[in-house]
Amino acid sequence: MPSSALEATGSQPDDRAASIPTERGHSRLVRITHTLNSVSFVALVVSGIAILIAHPRLYWGEDGYFGLPALFEFPIETNLSHTGWGRSLHFLAAWVFVINGVIYLVSGLVGRHFRRHLLPRREEFAKPSLVAEIRNHLTLRIPRGGAGPRYSLLQKTAYLFVIFILTPVMILSGLTMSPAVTAAYPELFTLFGGRQSARTVHFLTSAGLVLFLAVHLLMVTLSGFRRQVRAMTVGVRSADEEV
Amino acid sequence: MSEPLTRRQLLAAMAAVAGSAALTGCQGFLPPTYGSLLGIGEALTFASHRVLLRKQPFAREFDRGMISANFPAINTVDPEDEEYQRLRAGGFAEWRLPVTGLVGKPLALSLEMLRSMPARTQVTQHNCEQGWSAIAEWTGVSLHHVLEAAAIRPEARYVVFHCVDGWWDSLDMFDALHPQTVLAYGMNGGDVPVKHGAPIRLRVERQLGYKSLKFVKSIQVTDRIDQIEDGTGAMVVKYGYSWYAGI
Repeated sequence: MPSSALEATGSQPDDRAASIPTERGHSRLVRITHTLNSVSFVALVVSGIAILIAHPRLYWGEDGYFGLPALFEFPIETNLSHTGWGRSLHFLAAWVFVINGVIYLVSGLVGRHFRRHLLPRREEFAKPSLVAEIRNHLTLRIPRGGAGPRYSLLQKTAYLFVIFILTPVMILSGLTMSPAVTAAYPELFTLFGGRQSARTVHFLTSAGLVLFLAVHLLMVTLSGFRRQVRAMTVGVRSADEEV
Repeated sequence: MSEPLTRRQLLAAMAAVAGSAALTGCQGFLPPTYGSLLGIGEALTFASHRVLLRKQPFAREFDRGMISANFPAINTVDPEDEEYQRLRAGGFAEWRLPVTGLVGKPLALSLEMLRSMPARTQVTQHNCEQGWSAIAEWTGVSLHHVLEAAAIRPEARYVVFHCVDGWWDSLDMFDALHPQTVLAYGMNGGDVPVKHGAPIRLRVERQLGYKSLKFVKSIQVTDRIDQIEDGTGAMVVKYGYSWYAGI
């Protein structure tokens, strides 16, 4: 597993890794999957909007059509002309997103990426450090730290929430809109309480992910956009770390 | 038609599908419109759905109490076709549904004949590609009964539907032979209203609504889809919609 090999070169006992900056940037596997994930996510958002505007109303339960009271109505014109390419792109991007995500998930578990970098440590929950971190985030005092996987508690929480809560809900609610998939797995309807509910959950979850992306990009910008992007794509050479 | 012969023909049709799929590599797992970059996603979806649906499960069916108060009628709601209007004026008594192509016994079915075949009633959800959904009860004859009556030949792979309003589409045998694939003459206890496709509307419950064609005019059984109309398998393909719509 390339990720573990790379991380092993900077091997330090786990308990010291939190305080001493020893990591040498993101593993190759994380960089590749992050890049593919970014591209497919943008494609999913764009094509998702193209599909949504064909019926810009959200409902709860099974029924949902013009003439029925909506849970929420977007203040835009109905536009039927973009669902064709929209749906094709949405599914192509979804396949990339899911296959890429499974690779990331398996390697993250096997290569201990999640345990090393995303699992919060006990000392991070100590009240003073937590208060300081929240204050720093609220006042946008983001340290221009090293471009590697040394995440703060708030970061870890956000990443874990996106990876293990929002993304699975996103995928499952999407599958619940497929009449073929639900013929094979009708339990999906029970999970979400109906087809229109699943559609609404799918939208709300996507809004959550877009909100995450906005904050994520803000943090990347505040902590050094160019260096962060380079570190997450081509990677960081040790010389850069020294600068 | 006796039951054993029926079953044998069903098996023959299924063997034909499996056989031709084996002959042409994985073609059985590729939808007819596979080709463009976007088609890769479509092909993956189609293939994975075929695996998921290998035991031919049914789409959900509801209690009558779940029937929607106002099932939307979209696209053609009253065909301008002169012949159609003439048949409609006569209560569709003179209406005939030709079943032709790779069949041992070409048919021209009247509504009476369709009604005399084994009936199936299902309360199902219509899932429009636009995003809306509504529930209705449909009564009709499962397409496979009609295909059996026409004695489809073993090499048959697709069933093509032509409609009064110019729409046309096709199903492969995997979906055409599924019991919920119904030629519906009844809706919510009455006849199918004109705005919903009278006298016959196709129901394909495991795919999006646009596969459930209204105003079905004729049925053609074939082994190759590339020689029908523009060769894409469905009218909607040229507007960017996929032939396979289990999505």
